[in-house]
This record gives sequence, C-alpha cells and structure tokens, in this order.
Amino acid sequence: MIEPQTKTALSSAFPSITWSEFRADARAVVPCDEIYAVLRFLRDDLGFDLLVDMTCVDYLSYRGAEDRFGLVYLLCATESNERITVRTFVNEPLLSVPSVVPLWAGANWMEREVWDMFGIRFEGHPDLRRILMPDEFTAFPLRKDYPLQGRGERHNFSVLYRAES
Amino acid sequence: MAIELPENVVVSKLDELASWCRKNSLWPMPFATACCGIELMATGASRHDLARFGAEVFRFSPRQCDLMIVAGRVVMKMLPVLQRIWQQMHEPKWCISMGACASTGGVFDTYSVVQGIDRFLPVDMYVPGCPPRPEQLIQSIIDLQDKIQREGTVGGREFTTRSRQEPKRALVELPVITLPRGVSHLPQGVRIE
Ligand code: SF4
Repeated sequence: MIEPQTKTALSSAFPSITWSEFRADARAVVPCDEIYAVLRFLRDDLGFDLLVDMTCVDYLSYRGAEDRFGLVYLLCATESNERITVRTFVNEPLLSVPSVVPLWAGANWMEREVWDMFGIRFEGHPDLRRILMPDEFTAFPLRKDYPLQGRGERHNFSVLYRAES
Repeated sequence: MAIELPENVVVSKLDELASWCRKNSLWPMPFATACCGIELMATGASRHDLARFGAEVFRFSPRQCDLMIVAGRVVMKMLPVLQRIWQQMHEPKWCISMGACASTGGVFDTYSVVQGIDRFLPVDMYVPGCPPRPEQLIQSIIDLQDKIQREGTVGGREFTTRSRQEPKRALVELPVITLPRGVSHLPQGVRIE
C-alpha cells in the first residue's frame, strides 16, 4: 500500500520510473544508474526507513524477459505504514550496483548473500565476502546456468579411512 | 591353572572383557545439524531414556566421546569440520549415520549437500528414516553394542581389517576426483561426467 502523494513525489523527482501494481502493492522499476539516488530519496524524503528484504532473480530463459538479473528492494515506512517494491535490472558483463549499506546497515548480509549466490558486485560494500558457500567456491550457484547438482564440488574432499583417523 | 592355558585364550577373554566394558559405556558426540537432531534429543531425554543402554552421557567435546552420531545433512562447508571432529575423537570410536540425509543426502540432491557422509568418513551403523524414531536409533545403538562385543579387541585390531579400509559402495559408483594438495574445489567450468 502506498499513498498517492508519495507516488507523485517520487515520479516527479525521477521521471524515468515506470510503475506497476499488483493487489495494491506498488512496484517501481528504476534504471540501474539511478537506483542509489532513488533509494536515498525514498529513505530521506519519503520516510522509508526500513529495508525489509533485498534479493535477486535470474531471468535467464524466462519467457518475455529482456534483462538477465532483477534486483528487488522491499521497503517499508514504519510511520505511515507504506510499502514499496523497487526493482532494477543488471546485465552481463557489468554486474555491479551501488551498495545500500550506507543507507540501511541491515543490507550488509543481504548484499553478501546476493553476491554469493548470483555474483553481483555491490560497489562500496564494506565487506563483500561469500556468506553461505565456502570461501574457495568459485561458482554462483543460484544462477540458472549453474547445474542443480553442482559441478562435482560436493565430492571433492579427502576420504578418511579407519587406519588414518 | 592359568599358566597352562595357551596364550591366545587369555587374549580372547581380555578382548571380550574390554568390549563388554566399552559397549556399555558409549559416550555419544551429538553432531546434530538438522531436524534429525530433534529426534536425537528425544532419544536422550526422559521418555525414551537412552541411559537404559549406557549411552546417555552426551558430550559436546570430541575429546570425551567415542560414538559420533551424525544426525542431519552435512553440507560442503560442514564436512571439513565433521572430519576434524572425527579425528579429534579418541580410539576406539564408532560412528552412526542417522537419517536419510546423513546416509545418502536424502531429498537434498543439490550442489552443496554431501551425498552421504560415508563417502568421506568410516560409518559403522546406518539408521534409515526421515527422521528415524528414537526406537530406531536405540535399536542401532543396541546393534552397535552387539558389533562391539562380537568383533572388539583390546588393541583395536578390528579397525585395521581389510574390509574396514575399503571404500564404500557409493564411492565406487561415483568417481571422486583427487585434486592436488591444498586445492579443495574444481575450478569453474570443469564437470564430472
Ligand atoms: S533425514 Fe529427514 S529428518 Fe533427518 S535431517 Fe534429513 S530431512 Fe531432516
């Protein structure tokens, strides 16, 4: 749910935003180079002080999709109880967006997870390391071109036998 | 009297005595990584009362345990930890693989879940089920006690027999690639056929 004046304020500040709506949930699609400015405007001027979630979708071979990765920011304004979904798209080979850790400290681990699973860089992130997979892992397992059963990484360990352990 | 007996008879009796002591005071190391761990806790709690079989003293330090119960799925990041803990346990030691996940990976046939800990670790007992009921786990402990009594020796000679050293069936089926020392993963783009 979002107030009409919030929507107008955002649209007049950033005319390039395209809107869509699903069951009274507003979604704003933002060009990739404006994403940080839009999110900062939402937080500083429109009161969206809570980053509920931040994730990514791989649209490889998705019907009708033009872009590869869609980044999703779910925001909430705790005073006015408004919610908004902000989306942006990134494509190879330029897989990088500005980090929003300066805006919401809670984005730290969410961005690390997106980096771990999809390989999207967050410029300005204070500590962009893998969060779930081991550090030596080289692939990005939630990409659609990564096989579900992996490339044999799970079988690559030394075997302990009775005599040596 | 005892001097007249052949030497091997005495050794055999000592083996049985040692095995009898060991089997009735198993100290489990609860390696509970997922939902099976809840059943493991239920097994140790008052209703199912593992103390009746002499294995109620769960210790979280591998130095004080001799029975590792792996309850739950083990992922790539956890397997080196599991192997380290196994190596830290004192001989003689045994391992129970509890549940479908620990034994085969279960339904989690994905990139990060190890498809059965027996590929990388010696396992003595498998407990089927998802999750196994506490009665099943107790049965496996009883079976393990039988096994210890049957083949246990004072010096742990049963652990060095040829059959214990051979890779498990699952290992023969799927190739395990040996990488150079210090390399723990395949580089990106390399596939196993
Ligand atoms: S076997 Fe079933 S209960 Fe046990 S860890 Fe796996 S999914 Fe959970």
